[in-house]
Amino acid sequence: MKYVGGVDVGSTQTKAVIIDETGKVVGRALLDMETSMVTVAEDAFKAALENAGIEQSKVVRIAGTGYGRYNVKFGHEQVTEITCHARGAVSLFPNTRTVIDIGGQDTKAIAVKPDGQVDDFTMNDKCAAGTGRFLGAASYALELPLSELGTLALRSQNPVRITTTCTVFAESEIISHLAKGILPEDVLMGVHQAITARCVSLARRVGINPEVTFTGGVSRNQAMVKLIEEAIGTKLNVSPEAHFCGALGAALFARDHAFGLTAEPALA
Amino acid sequence: MTTATVDKTAAAAPGEFNAHQEGQRLFKQWYSGLEGANQRGEHVANVFVMGNAVEILRAFDFRLVFPEITSLQMGVRKVSEDYLRESEDYGYSPDVCSYVKADVGLILRQHKHPAAVLPKADIAITSNMCSTFIKWGEIWEHMLNTPTFTLDLPGQRSANWQVRPGDAQHMADAQWVEAQFRDLIARCEKITGRKFDMDRLAEIEDNVNKTVEHWNNVMALNRTCPAPYNAMLDGLTYIGIMNIYRGTPEGTEFMRRLEESLRAKVARGEGRVAEERFRLLFSGTPCYVSMRRLIELFETWGGVFAYSDYLTFAAGGMDAAEIRYDTSRPLESLAEVTALAAQRGLSNQFFSHERLAQQVKDYDVDGIVFHGIKSCRFVSSGMADTRNYLNERLRLPSLYIESDLIDPRYWSDAQIKNRVDAFFESLQSRGGTAPGASKSSAHTIGSHA
Repeated sequence: MKYVGGVDVGSTQTKAVIIDETGKVVGRALLDMETSMVTVAEDAFKAALENAGIEQSKVVRIAGTGYGRYNVKFGHEQVTEITCHARGAVSLFPNTRTVIDIGGQDTKAIAVKPDGQVDDFTMNDKCAAGTGRFLGAASYALELPLSELGTLALRSQNPVRITTTCTVFAESEIISHLAKGILPEDVLMGVHQAITARCVSLARRVGINPEVTFTGGVSRNQAMVKLIEEAIGTKLNVSPEAHFCGALGAALFARDHAFGLTAEPALA
Repeated sequence: MTTATVDKTAAAAPGEFNAHQEGQRLFKQWYSGLEGANQRGEHVANVFVMGNAVEILRAFDFRLVFPEITSLQMGVRKVSEDYLRESEDYGYSPDVCSYVKADVGLILRQHKHPAAVLPKADIAITSNMCSTFIKWGEIWEHMLNTPTFTLDLPGQRSANWQVRPGDAQHMADAQWVEAQFRDLIARCEKITGRKFDMDRLAEIEDNVNKTVEHWNNVMALNRTCPAPYNAMLDGLTYIGIMNIYRGTPEGTEFMRRLEESLRAKVARGEGRVAEERFRLLFSGTPCYVSMRRLIELFETWGGVFAYSDYLTFAAGGMDAAEIRYDTSRPLESLAEVTALAAQRGLSNQFFSHERLAQQVKDYDVDGIVFHGIKSCRFVSSGMADTRNYLNERLRLPSLYIESDLIDPRYWSDAQIKNRVDAFFESLQSRGGTAPGASKSSAHTIGSHA
C-alpha cells in the first residue's frame, strides 16, 4: 500500500495527516507552533507517520498548506488552506456548500460549488477579532485551558456583551468584567457570542447555503457550534477530523496527483 | 513551482519606443521644472487629478504640482512611511488619507521630496470631487498661507439618475461651471499679471483631444489577447504622464508613440507576460508602495490586468470617447466636459457595477480583483455590492484584498499572497488554462480602430 501526506502549518498549530490510496486517514498529529516552522512541519509529519505506524518511504507524495506551507520543505506541492479546507470538508460531508473555518488567527467562510470547488471565499482582514485568538485571550485572562472554555460558557445564564472588536483590548475588557464580580461563564459566553457575530457576518458575505461544515480547531468547542447554529438557523456538520480538515484536503490533493487522478496542479 | 515566466522588464524591441524609460525621463523633467520655480519667479499651482481646470492654468503657464502624484511617488520610492510618521507625530490620525499625511510630512520637511525640493504654490485649486480636497486646501492655507480656489462641481442629485451629454441638466451644470472658470481666470490674471489668451486655451485643448484619442486606442489595444501591457503597472505610468503633461505637446507625443509601439507589439503577438493564462480586471485604487509585488503575485500565475477602472477614475475623465473639446468655443466646451467628467466621477460608486459589467465583456476577463484601501473608505465603498452584482449576473469570480495607497503598514504580504493563490486555485479549478498553454493565441476582442 502507498500513502500520501498533508501538512497544515497554521499560525498556532501544525497538523499532519497520512492517508492511504483510498483516502482513508491512517495517521494524524497535532503540534503547537515552535520557533521554526520548518522543524515543526517535520516533527508533525514524523509524528503522523508514527501514529500511522508506517515508514516514510511508503509516503509517495506530500502537500503543504496553511500560512507556513512553503516551510514544508519536504513537500512536493503547496495549496492554500482555503482550497484545502473546502476539499477536506467536502470529503467529510459531500453535500457541503458552505465551510466555516475558525483557526488561530484566521476565520474563513468558503462557498463551495456542488462539484466541491471553491466558488467564493472571505476572510478576516488584518484583525484577529472573531478568530481562535479571541478565545486564546479569554483563556489567558481566565487562566483556563482552551478545551474547557466552551463547556463552561454553556453554563451561562446572563451573558455579558463584549463590545470591543479588538482581541488585544478584549483581554482587558474580560478582566474588567471579572473585577466587577461577573461570573466567568457569563463573561465567556459573551466572548463566544462576539466571535459568533463576527464569523457569521463573514459567512453571510459569501452566502450561507446548507449544508454548512464547521472546520478548524475551534469546531471542537461546543458553545461555538451551538451559537453558530442558532445564528444561521441550520445545523452544522462537525467531524472529529475537523481540526485536521486543511491537512486532509492537502493530502487529498497529494493523492490526486500521486495517483494521476487529476492533472498536475500548477501552484505558485 | 511557478506557472508562468514573469516578464519583469517588459522590454521594448531594439530601437522601439520604451514607455517606461520615456515616462521616467518625463517625470524627471517635471520635477526639474518644479524645483526652483519660486526662485525663478514662475507661478505655481497645486491641482488634483480630478476636477482641476488644468487647461486654464496651463494657459497662464503655471507650473503644476499634483500633490496626489508627489505623495504616491513617495510610496513608489518606498519612503512614504517616514513622511507619514512625521505627520502622525505632528498630530494626524492614522485614519487620515495617506496622500494628505505624506504631503503634510513633506511640508514639515521643508518640501524636500525624494525627487526634488518642491515649490510653494501661488494658488491651490480644490473641488468637491473628493471632500478631502477641500480639507487639504485648508491645510495648505493654514500651514503655508496658500490661497485656495474651490470649484463646485455638480454631482449626483437623485437615485438612478445620471446627466446625459447635452441634456438640459448638463447644460445648466456647464453654465454653472463656466461662471466659476471665469472667476478663476480673473484670479489667475491677478496672480500672473497676464491677460487670459483664449487662443492659447484652444491650443491646449487641441493637445488634450489628440492625447485622449491616442489614450482611448491604447486602452482598446488591451482588449487583445494576450494583453500588451498590464493596466495596473504599465498603465499607472501612462496615466501619470497623461496627468502631468495634460494639454502639452510632450503629453500628446508620449501617447502617440505609446499607441504606435503597442500596436507593433500586438502585431507581433507579444503580451505583457510570456504566458497569459488569466485576464483580469482591477477595480479600486493601487497600493503604490507594493504595486510591483502585487503584480508579481498575479503574473506568477500568468494573470494580467487587462483593464482597470482606475485608468478612468484617475485620468481626469479623459478616457471617455464622448469627451472631446470643441476648440471653436474653448471655455464653454471646457465647462461642458468638466461638468460631465465630474458627474461621472462623483456618481461612480452608484453606477460602477454597470460599467464594470460592460468592461468585463469588452476585455474578456476571467475574474475581477477589488482593492479596498484603509485610508479612504469612500473610494472603497460599494465594492461589496458591485462584487455581489457581478457574481450574480455574470458568475464572475472575484477577489477582495485590502491594503492602502502608500502606507506600507497596511500591507500584509502573507495574507495577500494567500488570498491571491486561493483565487487562482479557484480560477484554475473552473477550467482555467493549464500551465504551459497561453489562454489563446493572439486575437482581438471587440474592435479598436
